[in-house]
Amino acid sequence: MTKAVAKQKNSSFWERNRKSEGYLLKKTIMSIALKICRFILLFGMCFMILQPIFNKISVSFMEERDLYNPMVIAIPEHFTTENYRLAAELMAYSKSVVNSLVVSFTIAVLQISVCTLVGYGFARFNFPLKKFWFACVLMVVLVPPQTISTSLHLHFRFFDVLGIFKAVTGNSINLRGSVLPYYLMSAGCMGLKNGLYIYMIRQFFRNIPMELEEAAYVDGCGTLKTFLRIMLPDATPILTSCFLFSFVWQWTDGFYSKLFLGNVRLVSTSLSRIVDSLASYLQRLQGTTVTPTVGLVDCIMSTGTLMIIIPVLILYLFAQRGFVESLSSSGIKM
Amino acid sequence: MKKQKNKLAGLQRRKAIAGYIFISPFIVGFLVFMVKPFFQSLYMSFCTVEVGAGNFEPIWKGLDNYIRAFRIDPEFTRLLTEEVSRMVIDSLAIMVFSFFVALILNQKFKGRALVRAIFFLPVILSSGVILGLETDNSLMAQVQVAIEENTTGMSITAAVENILRTAGVGVRAFETVFEIIDNIYNIAISSGIQIIIFLSGLQTISTSMYEAADIEGCTKWESLWKITFPMISSMFLVNWIYTIIDFCMRSDNEVIEKITKVMVEQINYGFSSAMTWIYFLIVIAFVGITSFFISKGVYYYD
Repeated sequence: MTKAVAKQKNSSFWERNRKSEGYLLKKTIMSIALKICRFILLFGMCFMILQPIFNKISVSFMEERDLYNPMVIAIPEHFTTENYRLAAELMAYSKSVVNSLVVSFTIAVLQISVCTLVGYGFARFNFPLKKFWFACVLMVVLVPPQTISTSLHLHFRFFDVLGIFKAVTGNSINLRGSVLPYYLMSAGCMGLKNGLYIYMIRQFFRNIPMELEEAAYVDGCGTLKTFLRIMLPDATPILTSCFLFSFVWQWTDGFYSKLFLGNVRLVSTSLSRIVDSLASYLQRLQGTTVTPTVGLVDCIMSTGTLMIIIPVLILYLFAQRGFVESLSSSGIKM
Repeated sequence: MKKQKNKLAGLQRRKAIAGYIFISPFIVGFLVFMVKPFFQSLYMSFCTVEVGAGNFEPIWKGLDNYIRAFRIDPEFTRLLTEEVSRMVIDSLAIMVFSFFVALILNQKFKGRALVRAIFFLPVILSSGVILGLETDNSLMAQVQVAIEENTTGMSITAAVENILRTAGVGVRAFETVFEIIDNIYNIAISSGIQIIIFLSGLQTISTSMYEAADIEGCTKWESLWKITFPMISSMFLVNWIYTIIDFCMRSDNEVIEKITKVMVEQINYGFSSAMTWIYFLIVIAFVGITSFFISKGVYYYD
């Protein structure tokens, strides 16, 4: 029965092909060839992106001698979890993960709530000099933080509010190394890529119809209440994705962390120091100055990187929609 | 009549005040953490900064730091030219790559969500410190050497490269292309956001436009250039600016590394400010000039 149907279908295909003078066949072959090409291309590129992660996973389970063995490429000959133990010890893993979680989470919440206020202000109110201030936002996006890093460094090293502290204690406060400066900067929308968040949130609020807000005003809602009750619930997708970005970028950020949070153990800073800590660990172990071998450094480094990636990766797996979909649907326009 | 007008003005004023209250965090932050450090670092770049116990004191030195950056420091000019040329080539490659990938990912096929997720993965995984570690991965280099030894140095790409090199025509151009191809991993991992921006642009183009073109006998190739390209040309501008800025902030940028080293280890604030300003001015000039030319070609539909 099915064969007959298939045959009929088949014959009708050839018949249709004959009627269209070979056009149908040509088109079908073309589309199949395109599909195959696309598959190969995408597969190759996906592999290229994922390969370093796979490589790190396999290296992290290897002993050092496996790395020197040309026979061993992906599957370790001497399976070990020693690398994880050592890397965790070197990075003070549990402590720095907790620190990083707390810092990234609070910073992300602070940044996004402030950026939402500012973005809403830019999108929905008319006030004098609005264009000028928005140009300032664009400038914040454009100026690399490195340009002002020197001065910020000094600013917080000799921190003072209008000379009050100097008058009282005779000395300014050295805020470098504490967490406070970074929170202050985040509260002022000057954290990592905050201009970008303001821009995206403003873009989102601009697309919400004006009538919604006007109806709320007519019904006697105040400005703040309208914002909290009407606008915020609508903006959940863009806020989620901004929050996720803020969290993740803060998690891996090295620049601000090194500049301001030097004394707080964060995963990002301890990862960038892991080679040095390995050297000093070996020195303590053996009593003499030794430079760790290339293989060992690689083992530890890929294990450390992996251990830092894993929490973010889990977050990404669960919140993938939050990252990608809301961004591509809301649309970023100039 | 007059009273009513006043009332309206009052409402507008109230709204203006509310607007200012909403953006006040930004204004405060901008003035304190942006404007002040911005001009301070400009000033410091003309000075030698003496750091004392309780304070710091800039001493005016004129153009000394700038002269030092260009004429005395052995590394800076080399790093600067290297980074700027890398920025130009890489940004161009990123634009082409992300546009191409966005075109593919906009089509309908099985597993599209998975592929999108994978392409977007580098945005979160290869940011910040992880990127810096990735670049000097000596193990990968070792593996590469091992593979090359085993395959006696012959692969299809190498053969093609050799043929093109000995062809004698446009060798310099080919070298640049080879460089980009060798660098394809770096380009792929730094084009996540750009792909998303292009995708969001592609989704705003209405399908009726393609249908109309199709009925009129327009091939896919023609409609790519006549419809898709103009419709998302504004995205090219956004992406171009974003790519360059993103490139400046990457942690594996050697100029930035040099600046941080001078600032944190040698505690030479004046010199490091001067270097940052040189770099910043070059980048801004580049962004300004190129986006001026790109914006001339941008087509706005509405």
